[in-house]
Amino acid sequence: MHPILKLVAQRLALGFLLLIAASVLIFAGTSILPGDVAQQILGQSATPEALENLRRELGLNEPALSRYFSWLGGILQGDLGTALTNGRDIAESLGTRLANTLFLAFWAALISVPLAIFLGLLAVRYKDRWPDKLISGVTLTTISIPEFMIGYVLIYWISIKFGWFSSVAIINDSMTLGQKLNAIAIPVMVLTLVVLAHMMRMTRAAILNVMQSAYIETAELKGMPMLRIIRKHAFPNAIAPIVNVVMINLAYLVVGVVVVEVVFAYPGMGQYLVDHVAKRDIPVVQACGLIFAAVYIGLNLVADIVSILANPRLRHPK
Amino acid sequence: MTEPLLKVRGLKIGATIYPPGEKARDIEIVHGVDFDLEPGKVLGLIGESGAGKSTIGLASMAYGRGGVEITGGSVEVNGRDVLQSGIRDIRRLRGAEVTYVSQSAAASFNPAKKIMEQVTEAAILQNKFTKAEAEERAVTLFAKLGLPDPDNIGQRYPHQVSGGQLQRCMTALALCPEPDLVVFDEPTTALDVTTQIDVLAAIKEAIRDTGVAALYITHDLAVVAQVSDHIMVLRMGDMVEYGTVDQIINQPREEYTRALVSVRSIEHEEKQPSPDPVLKVEGITARYKGTDFDVLKDVNVELHRGQTLAVVGESGSGKSTLARVITGLLPPSAGSITFDGRSLTPDMPSRPIDDLRELQMIYQMADTAMNPRQTVGTIIGRPLEFYFGLRGAEKQKRIQELLDEIELGDGFQDRYPAELSGGQKQRVCIARALAAKPKLIICDEVTSALDPLVADGILKLLLDLQKIEDVAYLFITHDLATVRAIADSIAVMYQGEVVRYGPKSQVLSPPFDDYTDLLLSSVPEMRLGWLEEVIANRKMESAGN
Amino acid sequence: MRIPIAALVGLFFTCLFFAMAIFAPFIAPYGMAEVVGDVWEPPSEQFRLGTDSIGRDLLSRMIYGGQTTIFIATAATALSFITGSVLGFFAAVSGGWIDQAISRFVDLIMSIPSLIFALVVLSVMPTTITILIVLMGLLDSTRVYRLARAVAVDITVMDYVEAARLRGEKTAWIIFREILPNALSPLVAEMGLRFIFAVLFVSTLSFLGLGVQPPQADWGGIVKENKEGINYGISAALYPAYAIAVLCISINLVADWILNRTTSLKGGRG
Repeated sequence: MHPILKLVAQRLALGFLLLIAASVLIFAGTSILPGDVAQQILGQSATPEALENLRRELGLNEPALSRYFSWLGGILQGDLGTALTNGRDIAESLGTRLANTLFLAFWAALISVPLAIFLGLLAVRYKDRWPDKLISGVTLTTISIPEFMIGYVLIYWISIKFGWFSSVAIINDSMTLGQKLNAIAIPVMVLTLVVLAHMMRMTRAAILNVMQSAYIETAELKGMPMLRIIRKHAFPNAIAPIVNVVMINLAYLVVGVVVVEVVFAYPGMGQYLVDHVAKRDIPVVQACGLIFAAVYIGLNLVADIVSILANPRLRHPK
Repeated sequence: MTEPLLKVRGLKIGATIYPPGEKARDIEIVHGVDFDLEPGKVLGLIGESGAGKSTIGLASMAYGRGGVEITGGSVEVNGRDVLQSGIRDIRRLRGAEVTYVSQSAAASFNPAKKIMEQVTEAAILQNKFTKAEAEERAVTLFAKLGLPDPDNIGQRYPHQVSGGQLQRCMTALALCPEPDLVVFDEPTTALDVTTQIDVLAAIKEAIRDTGVAALYITHDLAVVAQVSDHIMVLRMGDMVEYGTVDQIINQPREEYTRALVSVRSIEHEEKQPSPDPVLKVEGITARYKGTDFDVLKDVNVELHRGQTLAVVGESGSGKSTLARVITGLLPPSAGSITFDGRSLTPDMPSRPIDDLRELQMIYQMADTAMNPRQTVGTIIGRPLEFYFGLRGAEKQKRIQELLDEIELGDGFQDRYPAELSGGQKQRVCIARALAAKPKLIICDEVTSALDPLVADGILKLLLDLQKIEDVAYLFITHDLATVRAIADSIAVMYQGEVVRYGPKSQVLSPPFDDYTDLLLSSVPEMRLGWLEEVIANRKMESAGN
Repeated sequence: MRIPIAALVGLFFTCLFFAMAIFAPFIAPYGMAEVVGDVWEPPSEQFRLGTDSIGRDLLSRMIYGGQTTIFIATAATALSFITGSVLGFFAAVSGGWIDQAISRFVDLIMSIPSLIFALVVLSVMPTTITILIVLMGLLDSTRVYRLARAVAVDITVMDYVEAARLRGEKTAWIIFREILPNALSPLVAEMGLRFIFAVLFVSTLSFLGLGVQPPQADWGGIVKENKEGINYGISAALYPAYAIAVLCISINLVADWILNRTTSLKGGRG
């Protein structure tokens, strides 16, 4: 087998293992922690019968290991269990919410990724001059404010003071794409701002790193113009680090979505998760937690595989 | 007299440096240098680190590396002052009229592109040749430079060929656009000595056949003497002396040049082996964890009290691994080590404290061998404290004695390593080793990172200290001149085995085995015509076989 | 040595905020949970920043809130630093299976986003300040661990560490005398970034209603309590945003300055 395929296969296997381990961790986090889970859920005033009922419902009387495997087995068959609070099938409730979350994340990514790479290039081109300094100043500010506060600041100024766009982002299936986009305009802006800073900083660093290589000097000493050097010599070597940066930040975006959805009352998975954490609805929390972890691990996996594929030493072995 | 191809007048070069924690400041690194280079001639630029030789070489392409700026003077190439040219004219100059060969071809080739594409790129870009013509020329050059399979080697990626081959590819890259001038910047310094001679011969032949002029930059006078017509000696940004190769090598006018010419000519009288060996290495075989081949294969050597055993070999010969085995950092898979009459435990942590004390080590890079957050006093004082329990005034007195022994004066105690020069750093490391009152010091390439004159000073110091302290050295090096200067006995290593071992006089006299012969004949000698002689001899031998 | 202007400004505001947190009861004009006026009164002589959603003095809430937020963030940062750097150094110096075991476990924890992990755990744990500190501290210690280990590994391969080993020095001496002095500055700079992350993290949890519980004031909670006001053009919920921004930027400026003087190692966020 080609060594590169072997490496990719290894990395995929590792990602799968990591996912299994993460599921153990999530399960353990909600099941084996000290304290009586049923008591926590029902509060101090619960009657012994109610506690016993809940324990049975959660299967708390069975050993943790067998509970874990029946949970995992269910998930592998697409059965995420039922919610404690309303008895509804979790997979069903999650379906549209996951779609909504991905819709929001997709538009945020569509705007932030090209913008970040463009600004990163700009910062490199004008390194240590005012565009670079301006960009890093703005970056520093957005890194220092939590995403929900960026959300309220934007609502306050854009939606309330200027009256553009809506301050809540409620969407449903009967809306046209245009209406939906209008509804999510401010949340998309918030998410963009949140990931833009990191992505831009990291892109800048990745490109600068490549530009300092000796082979760039060789190209300069061949009399090549700067743009041609970037296109022919810097770019092929910068793809892997940039893809890496983008993937890491998309993973970060997925987390940012949770908070932004709460701010804008957006009917996505993040809000669903937060609601049910407050209600201590453990099956929902476990399911959502696992899905978020899977997306996060998946994006990091893609980043690693791109790095492997882009490495000339691995692609063309001796 | 022909019109010079390159005419440099009053060249001044400055740089901005950024000392940590201080404000950036401008310094001048070349203080006004003049020289001419005629078409087809080779000028060697020689000097120690900081002499400004690379900077001058790059200035001929109107290029300053990392914050370096040309601040004054003129550089004329083919009658045009490149310092007055616009960026477009400079781009037409680079890669067409003047090309560059760097020290590290491995870093200078783009890892993502095939060799052929990079070799022909400048020629095509500058409209010197069409793609087909350039590729044909590249193949011719590959063949001329002695690269294997010249028709296909261009289709490989840089990491798929060896270091010596890549260095030749870099030369092909520089010669491909038929430039008037090539700047060679230490092109063979990073190579092993047996590889260096082939690359050197290939470069010399290519220069002669193509009739190109060259600036050949190196710190090694013996190397530059083989390829140059003229030599310019530089020191701290000033020209010291300029002349023909013959004059510089045989009748140097300046004191500094004389020192450079006579460097590495320390004569050391070989001592008779004494009856009691301080170190006896028997049947050592070793491999690194997770690998499946032996780095050392059945190594047997002996070292006598107060004497020096030089272990010579090229990279990958296992000489540094031998040091790790003796110090106990890498327990061997077979064999035994006897130290001062007692058997030495294979792994370091379980050795008694006296074994640790009596076996000290000095490293190649003095920079990384000293904790940058400790003063010289702390560095030398720690072994005194640790092994002998010395405190207060007693310790201070001993530190001062040691500083005197390594010929550093007062006031060094409170300095940090960053405030010392390369040679001074290595001296402090020697003092730290001596502080333990050792019977054996392992010296791992201790002079390789130093400029030749500084290295000479360190070798003389080590010889003097050996007489006073009666300490034995296990001296690991790749440099045969160093071996001649310091060894009493020699072990030549090749691919994990000792291929030749014995007293110095015996090892260095014929009859030789093949590898030792190759190694000895590859070391550049400070005389004209050496390279031709060796190459001719080798051709004759291979014809004879 | 000259301190650049930016770092001086950062230093000034950082000290100001910490002083305000420490002396909160002496500075705040009213009690933390004292209802003293009408709902969302505009700023006035009496109430410098106006009142909040149930008529408490907003300035006092902000000062006490700062105290809570800064206290939790400081404690969590301290915990993450002690745990992370001790384990990181230990793993780097030990090497072998110990290093492998700790590092793989940290990889695992980091494969789940911190916020999600915290939410999962908080779904079954009571939200007390102690639990918040321990949870945040331990989650964040993974990042400190990675940095500390990376820095220490860079240092342990140095010849001077090998020289100390060959001399026969004990592990403790190697960690505290050879490694720590050289690892300190990147770690101190990282401490600033970790502190910022802790402030953002605890504010986010409180905003989601899963952090500091009312009536205790904290910056994230103040946003949650007053967010409805935004729709009426009342900016009460924005003050914590400004406060957090100023504090975090200040610390960033100080950290950047420390880092610029030393190395380029930095940990991540998220």
